[in-house]
Amino acid sequence: MAYTIPRPKLTLAEKAYLPALIAGLGITIRHFFAILSGKKKVTMQYPDEKWDTHLPPHYRGAPTLVKDDYGRERCVACQLCEFICPPRAITIKPGEIPEKDRWRKVEKFPEEFEIDMIRCIYCGLCEEVCPEQAIFLRKDYAITGLTRAEMVHDKKRLYELGGMMTGLVNKWNEKK
Amino acid sequence: MSDLLIGIAISLLKTLGLLFAVILPMVSYTVYAERRVSAMIQDRVGPNRVGPLGLLQPIADALKLLLKEDFTPAHVNKFYYWLAPACAMAPSIMALAVVPFGSTWFGQPMVVANVDVGVLWVFAVSSLGVYGIVLAGWSSNSKYSFLGGIRSSSQMISYELSLGLSVIPIFLICGTLNLPAIVKYQIENGWLISPIWLKGVSFTGINFPELIGSFSIWKFLLWIPLFLSFIVFMVSMFAETNRLPFDLPEAEQELVGGYHTEYSSMKFALFFLGEYAAMIAGSAVIVTLFFGAWHVPFLPTAPEQLPFWLGLLLGLVHITAFFLKVAILLFFFIWVRWTLPRFRFDQLMRLGWYFFFEIALVNILLVAVILAIMPK
Repeated sequence: MAYTIPRPKLTLAEKAYLPALIAGLGITIRHFFAILSGKKKVTMQYPDEKWDTHLPPHYRGAPTLVKDDYGRERCVACQLCEFICPPRAITIKPGEIPEKDRWRKVEKFPEEFEIDMIRCIYCGLCEEVCPEQAIFLRKDYAITGLTRAEMVHDKKRLYELGGMMTGLVNKWNEKK
Repeated sequence: MSDLLIGIAISLLKTLGLLFAVILPMVSYTVYAERRVSAMIQDRVGPNRVGPLGLLQPIADALKLLLKEDFTPAHVNKFYYWLAPACAMAPSIMALAVVPFGSTWFGQPMVVANVDVGVLWVFAVSSLGVYGIVLAGWSSNSKYSFLGGIRSSSQMISYELSLGLSVIPIFLICGTLNLPAIVKYQIENGWLISPIWLKGVSFTGINFPELIGSFSIWKFLLWIPLFLSFIVFMVSMFAETNRLPFDLPEAEQELVGGYHTEYSSMKFALFFLGEYAAMIAGSAVIVTLFFGAWHVPFLPTAPEQLPFWLGLLLGLVHITAFFLKVAILLFFFIWVRWTLPRFRFDQLMRLGWYFFFEIALVNILLVAVILAIMPK
């Protein structure tokens, strides 16, 4: 069945088009002056003005390795993060801690620890699965490089980014 | 003989000065202004990276367009395809030849060609601009371009009429077609857009008899049709220069850029700059006809009667005033573009044929009647 849409009855002012036109011009010029005078600000000038201060505390940036208050490497090379990593971005080569070392009881440390940042999906599973609180997702989000090799973060780079983290559980320390 | 040579040299100097020192920079900076103003209207920032405030952006754009590959598709009609961009840019610049953009400077009247046909020249030449668009649309051998060309020609026919008819009241009132003469009339009797004129008021003092004498009921009566003329002329100018809300030949959303779909590089840039040059020419004509061209209220109007340096300064002030008025109108063009949606084609035709054509005709009659019964 044919269905007719009722046409709205327009008033004379609406038919004349001009009042609507002037109202429209008013709206646009208000936006123009609000932006011109700097009263309203919408765009962040990104490279000059960074997101850093606006990031929430739980932001998931680049995964990093951290050292604890004593400057001790926390990773024990259990490889759980390597196994859980969905895109398989993490590669760990475990090594043994020498006999005479103060931390001999920890047994293992990562000789090499690499995260391929081209693969990483910032899911945070590595941080979640880590039994040693050794790997954390920090707030760096602009990870760039000119070559693929550059985009693979090795152990040194991971500690650089991670730095030291205090207030963690120190289960390997000697009992008093 | 030497007089003729000097005359040619001066004329050439004026042409080149106007073109390269004023119009071309103005065109490229209108593009910049368009981008910045549209950005601000839409709560964005716009180009602000190249140079301070992004002011070098037009130069970067020009470089980019010059260095791009100038691609000619295989299916086009080469001769007309190459001819069209030039046809789009040239007429709008030619139209500026008769516009008085300043009083006098170094004793020379600041108008390239002081011809008696004045406004007729502007209409004749500026409507040639449609050939660029139609040729581009036809020679591109593409459906989108073709539709753009057709739309442009029908639009031009509809609006050229009201454009021409709407300014006839001005000629009836001023009794001349010569643009400098129309400016002279406006200096003596007030800008045609304003109903009141503070004649006799200047920075040196107030001449009361002249001031009182400049008010009259006839002036208000004449102002009504003149204002109508202004509205019709302005809207027709929007249509003539293919600006929104009448940019149907381009219509990015439906015609993929319309007549310039198949163009790239500097040939595209010529269409683009041609549109802005047409805007500038249109604004210059509006300023000349309705806003007193280079005239600044309360300032002396004859630099040649002043001491040399003061005269030079005043001449410069007049030129600046003219282009400032043009710039304000250009801002209005941009402002309207980013406010109004595009008309549908039947709406555009209806507006042109049913309303503006009739309004312009009645307007002429109205002015003629007022002038007939007005005491001399």
